[in-house]
Amino acid sequence: MIDVTTKNDNTGDVRLTGISKTYGNFTAVHPLDLTVPQGSFFALLGASGCGKTTTLRMIAGLEEPTSGTVFLGDQDVTRLPPYKRPVNTVFQSYALFPHLDIFENVAFGLRRRGIKSVKKQVEEMLELVQLGEQARKKPHQLSGGQQQRVAVARALINHPKVLLLDEPLGALDLKLRRQMQLELKRIQTEVGITFVHVTHDQEEAMTMADTVAVMNAGRVEQLGAPADLYENPKTTFVANFLGTSNLIEAEVDAKSGEDIVLKAGGGKLVLPEARCSAPTTTGGKVLVGVRPEKISLTHADDAGEIPDGRNRVTGKIADASFIGVSTQYVIDSPVCPELSVYVQNVDRDARLVPGADVVLHWSPAHTFGLDAAQDIDAGTEEEAV
Amino acid sequence: MATVTEAPPLAPAPEKKPPRKRGRWTPYLLLLPGLAWLLVFFALPMVYQASTSVQTGSLEQGYEVTWHFSTYWDALAEYYPQFLRSVLYAGSATILCLLLGYPLAYLIAFRAGRWRNLIMILVIAPFFTSFLIRTLAWKTILADGGPVVGALNSLHVLDVTSWLGMTAGDRVLATPLAVVCGLTYNFLPFMILPLYTSLERIDGRLHEAAGDLYAKPVTTFRKVTFPLSMPGVVSGTLLTFIPAAGDYVNADLLGSTDTRMIGNVIQSQFLRILDYPTAAALSFILMFAILIMVTLYIRKSGTEDLV
Amino acid sequence: MAFVNWLKRNFVVIAGLFTLGYLLLPNVVVTLFSFNDPKGRFNYEWQKFSTDAWTDPCGVSGLCSSLTLSLQIAFWATLGATVLGAMIAFALVRYRFRARGAVNSLIFMPMAMPEVVMAASLLTLFLNMGVQLGFWTILIAHIMFCLSFVVTAVKARVMSMDPRLEQAAQDLYAGPFQTFVRVTLPIAAPGIAAGALLAFALSFDDFIITNFNAGSTVTFPMFVWGSAQRGTPVQINVIGTAMFIIAVLFVLASMVISNRRSKQKA
Repeated sequence: MIDVTTKNDNTGDVRLTGISKTYGNFTAVHPLDLTVPQGSFFALLGASGCGKTTTLRMIAGLEEPTSGTVFLGDQDVTRLPPYKRPVNTVFQSYALFPHLDIFENVAFGLRRRGIKSVKKQVEEMLELVQLGEQARKKPHQLSGGQQQRVAVARALINHPKVLLLDEPLGALDLKLRRQMQLELKRIQTEVGITFVHVTHDQEEAMTMADTVAVMNAGRVEQLGAPADLYENPKTTFVANFLGTSNLIEAEVDAKSGEDIVLKAGGGKLVLPEARCSAPTTTGGKVLVGVRPEKISLTHADDAGEIPDGRNRVTGKIADASFIGVSTQYVIDSPVCPELSVYVQNVDRDARLVPGADVVLHWSPAHTFGLDAAQDIDAGTEEEAV
Repeated sequence: MATVTEAPPLAPAPEKKPPRKRGRWTPYLLLLPGLAWLLVFFALPMVYQASTSVQTGSLEQGYEVTWHFSTYWDALAEYYPQFLRSVLYAGSATILCLLLGYPLAYLIAFRAGRWRNLIMILVIAPFFTSFLIRTLAWKTILADGGPVVGALNSLHVLDVTSWLGMTAGDRVLATPLAVVCGLTYNFLPFMILPLYTSLERIDGRLHEAAGDLYAKPVTTFRKVTFPLSMPGVVSGTLLTFIPAAGDYVNADLLGSTDTRMIGNVIQSQFLRILDYPTAAALSFILMFAILIMVTLYIRKSGTEDLV
Repeated sequence: MAFVNWLKRNFVVIAGLFTLGYLLLPNVVVTLFSFNDPKGRFNYEWQKFSTDAWTDPCGVSGLCSSLTLSLQIAFWATLGATVLGAMIAFALVRYRFRARGAVNSLIFMPMAMPEVVMAASLLTLFLNMGVQLGFWTILIAHIMFCLSFVVTAVKARVMSMDPRLEQAAQDLYAGPFQTFVRVTLPIAAPGIAAGALLAFALSFDDFIITNFNAGSTVTFPMFVWGSAQRGTPVQINVIGTAMFIIAVLFVLASMVISNRRSKQKA
């Protein structure tokens, strides 16, 4: 077993206050405050160029912040060079030293700190990542997954207060990536060190992290537990970047109790006020959002069977793709030209083919409201291209 | 629980310590000794030479700067045949190097298989025998009445070359052909190595892709391989032409008084006749001529990143 | 027809081997004539087999002292050019600073300059300064023209090096000096070695620049040049052949060693 302290102190907190980075005229990271508590698995999620890697590198000391401070626990490390920070990094594409074997790669940090007898520690660490047999090989003789584990071992052996991971799984194929996600999660639980993980893969972030911060254009858009972010996005970027969202433009009609009633394309939609992040004045615009898998699809002939109290929208099936566990429909509706609906393949209704008239309905509790002043396509793949 | 808020943009005022500039002077310290060396022993000599070229005087009474530019005209007027010869010989040698070197570079890059390293060694190893010794060996190889000359004679190659003015009678030694032959030999590795480097970078699958898209081997070479090896062709021709144009060893050892190149003139002006202004002017003319030719050539071939 | 097709397919191989032959022919002649027993002063015509020169390679006065001098100069020139050149290469790749373009041109110029021009202008400097020509002026000149080649060789290697490796070292508690010694230098070593080897070969074999700036000092190439005018002793062929064989053996040995090492590791 690796001896790592997992006391309930806050020495492993990462606290960023007002930290920013500008290169000439370009602002990579706008001033941002962020606290990552000791022992958590924290993910910085965003598309490339959103400032997530810059933020990570400022924590590591590889990038000097233009303003603001970096605290590790109670210690201000803003001006400390990387080699004086109790923080280690798993680099993108690993950066294993090609001239040293696996053993020496892992021992590197210990040796630099003047520790003489490294053999036992290195061997234990290699066992933890299941590479005991490969100690005398050179990095290029290992597979991608093995190299990745060496990179993790090389960083963890130093018992850092915080482990930083910069797209650690980006170079692996899909199957191996899934496997390594679980592996990293297991190691984190075992050693209890704070992990800060940078990734552009929303699924990876949601699978692994306790807390995800979604970054866009140098700012944190939203931060929270993966399920919270998914169920209740606060911005169109988060709604589109994490999974898929149907966003419908609607107008505030009235408020009734805890709910807001909205007009969209001639029909009415209900939205719980607590799930709306936009100001709601009567007559104002709001974007109504709903996830494709929350929507049920009923053929227009059976519209009478839909229970009361559900939001409903009519439309015509434009396209249907069968993908095994579910069928994905694209619905042409008066409220929105392209609504996505994912229906589990439990009992397939043979009438639901392109051209069929349908009613889409879902529970108001699955509805969220966003500020209509935003770009409705922010965070979608089309926008990214 | 983690928290996030947008902090207001910070005014520069709260900055307590100036930002730490890591190793701001390091690059200059690293550059200093080497650059100083080049400035003092490469650039400064050029200045001295420029000054010498416009001086008048004699070895006994000393020289002084008189802005005597006509030294340049006089030198050109007297030695233009040697200039032309240098360009002609160096140009021919460069073309021969390309024609001879390309197949060998191609062979090493794509066809040599496990012989690749051995052939590379054989290309480089002759460097370790002094080039003067190897050049002298050509005197033996091209000796009058020797097997090479005999073979060329019976194949009537010498008839063609002497009609071209490259050889005289049934001699090869002491003719322009011998000098070009020596220049080609001496600078061939400088052609092969850059060619090999750029050919080796070409993905072998490109050949298959071209073949797949109905290109015959010759078309593949013309449309894919050769264009991709252009950086090697450009740096190879430059690395061959420049030293060949200034060379005087081959012309001296393998040629005659009729094959003197500009390098021979500069050498003898400097070391035997001791007419420093003329020698300096000639060497400047050579330098500028080469700079102009090289610049035009690089522009034309559109390759800025050479060597 | 089959033969024509074979010829077509292997044209490149045949042409390439012809070129290889052209490159190696003089070395064959040099080796052969190191066993010659020439009549008269010049060793250009085959007379009869003899091993006299091999048993007495220093038998010609001045030959071995010129060889020693050339080796000494090549050693110091290599050392100087490699240290200075590697420093420049690191600065060029690793740092952003003003006048990069100018620095790059200054490095490139000596390689794009005919040797005779550099030789003549350096001699002008030495004459103007009243410097005594000899060992030191040769060494200065050799370091000057080897420098650019070392920079180019080292630069190529350092450029292809992932900057994240140095960052990883820093992240793993190596200070700037440790990072350089433990990571940067070992990874750049092949480039530095290639640059040094090139510098040694260039310096050892240089004739044109040396001829201008040597005064009455005689290096090995100058000895050969002189003997081409006065008479070529068989011993210069012996030295040339020996150098060739030593070089090939040296390279072969290093290849065998690196082969064996990678086999052990695998």
